[in-house]
Amino acid sequence: MTNSQLTPGIAAGRLGAEDYARNFDDIAPRYDGHEARVAADRCYFCHDAPCMTACPTSIDIPLFIRQIATGTPEAAAKTIFSQNILGGMCARVCPTEQLCEEVCVREVAEGKPVEIGRLQRFATDTLMEKGVHPFARASATGKRIAVVGAGPAGLSAAHRLAMKGHDVTIFDPRPKAGGLNEYGIASYKTPGGFAQAEVDWLLKIGGIAVQNGKALGSGLTLEGLKADHDAVVLAIGLAGVNALRAEGEDLKNVLSAVDFIAELRQQPDKAKLPIGRDVVVIGGGMTAVDAAVQSKLLGAENVTIVYRRGQERMSASSHEQEHAASVGVRIIHNAAPVRVVGNGAAQEVEFAYTEDSADGLKQKDETFRLKADQVMKAIGQTLTGAPEGLKIEGGKIAVTGTGRTSVTGVWAAGDCASGGEDLTVTAVAEGRDAAEDIHASLS
Amino acid sequence: MADLTSNFIGIKSPNPFWLASAPPTDKEYNVRRAFEAGWGGVVWKTLGSEGPPVVNVNGPRYGVVYGADRRVLGINNIELITDRPLEVNLREIKSVKRDYPDRALIISLMVPCDEESWKDILHRIEDTGADGVELNFGCPHGMAERGMGSAVGQVPEYIEMVTRWVKQYSRMPCIVKLTPNITDVRKPAEAAMRGGADAVSLINTVNSITSVNLDSFAPEPTIDGKGSHGGYCGPAVKPIALNMVAEIARNAETARLPISGIGGVTTWRDAAEFMALGAGNVQVCTAAMTYGFKIVQEMISGLSQYMDEKGFTSTADLVGRAVPNVTDWQYLNLNYVTKAEIDQDLCIKCGRCYAACEDTSHQAIAMSADRVFSVKDEECVACNLCVDVCPVENCITMRELAKGEVDARTGKTVGDYANWTTHPNNPAAQAAE
Repeated sequence: MTNSQLTPGIAAGRLGAEDYARNFDDIAPRYDGHEARVAADRCYFCHDAPCMTACPTSIDIPLFIRQIATGTPEAAAKTIFSQNILGGMCARVCPTEQLCEEVCVREVAEGKPVEIGRLQRFATDTLMEKGVHPFARASATGKRIAVVGAGPAGLSAAHRLAMKGHDVTIFDPRPKAGGLNEYGIASYKTPGGFAQAEVDWLLKIGGIAVQNGKALGSGLTLEGLKADHDAVVLAIGLAGVNALRAEGEDLKNVLSAVDFIAELRQQPDKAKLPIGRDVVVIGGGMTAVDAAVQSKLLGAENVTIVYRRGQERMSASSHEQEHAASVGVRIIHNAAPVRVVGNGAAQEVEFAYTEDSADGLKQKDETFRLKADQVMKAIGQTLTGAPEGLKIEGGKIAVTGTGRTSVTGVWAAGDCASGGEDLTVTAVAEGRDAAEDIHASLS
Repeated sequence: MADLTSNFIGIKSPNPFWLASAPPTDKEYNVRRAFEAGWGGVVWKTLGSEGPPVVNVNGPRYGVVYGADRRVLGINNIELITDRPLEVNLREIKSVKRDYPDRALIISLMVPCDEESWKDILHRIEDTGADGVELNFGCPHGMAERGMGSAVGQVPEYIEMVTRWVKQYSRMPCIVKLTPNITDVRKPAEAAMRGGADAVSLINTVNSITSVNLDSFAPEPTIDGKGSHGGYCGPAVKPIALNMVAEIARNAETARLPISGIGGVTTWRDAAEFMALGAGNVQVCTAAMTYGFKIVQEMISGLSQYMDEKGFTSTADLVGRAVPNVTDWQYLNLNYVTKAEIDQDLCIKCGRCYAACEDTSHQAIAMSADRVFSVKDEECVACNLCVDVCPVENCITMRELAKGEVDARTGKTVGDYANWTTHPNNPAAQAAE
């Protein structure tokens, strides 16, 4: 090993092969059968369960846990998939501590919820590994639906539409389907090629064609899609990255955390990924944490997340923040970037302390600098490439509760659509609900 | 520390915890380990007649019922009496008793139901130094089909006859072990008493099939594709055993008959409950088979602490203390009125009380949109189901209405004690007027 964590600048291979393997291994391995049964036994089978209400896809959690407890994880999986066809990925990436597990009565009672996410993974993995698809298509309707975007919302919509007997074509600009499941999300949350395996499994429903390398504006138009299909679902996500709006942003090695994560996900040999000795991540959400933690896991010596507001405002869950801290990421609150300093390439970032008051965020006079071989921007994503003519609301495509846009015959779901949080599970719910609405309107 | 020494029908032991006649007491090696661990007494695994010993199956002999986390709730077995030669057992019993003179050592016996067989076995065990005998009239499998075990225990006349022989041919204290596989346990107990038994012990195991293998469609434990009913024991049978002990303890005919309590005793608390219902001591098997002999240390320390807290100086202060409070349904106070009350601070809002009451009981719990659960006094019959299904201890309690209060459900004022025997709806009561 020629490089180490102390190698100056940006370098690959800072760690040994065993370190990379350990660092990017499954962070929460699947329960074995006994663990699952013990965990399942803790469920009280609540009446009108709060967990179920908290789940954006309304999975019948008490029922699926009881099905695990009684030795039928396959039936449990079907309960999950009937509400959330990406229940496998959601079991890995859902911020359960902010959703179902937060309201679990055992969390309320004793600070230790039933581990719903891990139980869900046990069930979904069990069924998916059998290679069977639990749903069959209804008889063909002859209707054709276009879905733009093969991320969670698009896949969810496509599956539900195909199940109802419609013929679906998904268009996606990237070489692989999956969207953020494939190109976002920290590697250690979904190792082993799970995202593609899940897509392959989902497509077993039949009736779904995936066309990669196709996007609105590059080969596709909304008018064209509408003309060729009975309905169109836009699930194009948020492709733009917010700018720092700080001096020096265009210096070399100032990059988008989203791109960093995507590149990392696509590189099977983590030793080949160059990482700075000093890395600064700017932002306060899941993307910031995923980028910072993985920088550390790649061997960066010092990784700092800097967030302009207080800890309570960070959108990354406390669980995620604790995870970052546990791998050695430092989190600085209440500081905003003033400029990136460097000669051609980034060397330092200068921050000003901030004060979050009733009349907004104010920068104080006091500043500090952090060494930075790489600066990663994780300050939110924006809608880009939305077709003309659609009503936009709060930077997103305006939709009704079931995803109808301002244009007849066009639905939108997922992060690109208004309403709901930017979560995988929310995208799945929106895709599903749009599909149901389309089906109802075509029937 | 309370004095736990026990004197059961003249047999002394340093504590009231004996190991029941069962697999753990089959050999000198095990029994010595038990005594080293602190057990007060041992009932040696049942001996049969002189001659070739019985044989056991060579496949699984236990079946199990699990609770959460594979906690053993019940075990059944199809093991027979000792399958080791009689003279080996007798030699070992003598050896152990010689080395542990302060411990109780009882010999369990099961021989064919004829006078000569009993006379012979009693003669053979005479010089072992054992403190007494226990007659195994309980085992429900294998031996029963040969006219022994529960086949005897189910016929009071046989119990009386054999007990009489035992008292005639032996000066040893005699305990008769009863089977629960009968309709009225008082009858065999009375028969034992008539035969001259010094005590009864109960319960032996309950006829059972613990589970069915849904692939091979055979009961478990399965021997070459077939299964046989076995004897069920462990925590699951404790409620059955407690009732049978109480039935004997409060029966006028048998009220003075000493009882050795058996059936799911797992902790000091279980033991104390048996003793409160009239058992002079307890016998343990399944708990030891599940956790090993060390559990007796918890039983000793727990019972001792409890007795200290209660100010009991000897186990005699505890034995039978709950018996006067066991009565027949017809004497229960119908003017004792309670209502469920939910402690909102303790409530974790799981809604199990609501589901249970709404679906299966009296629709006496209201649920608000924000998951506040409250009792509707006008519907609550005080059945207690909500208390039973609530996962939080003491979250739901039953409040006793004071005399003079009005029951919102019936509109009646709570009055003095009155039971079914005088209730106007009781045809017998009306007839008496």
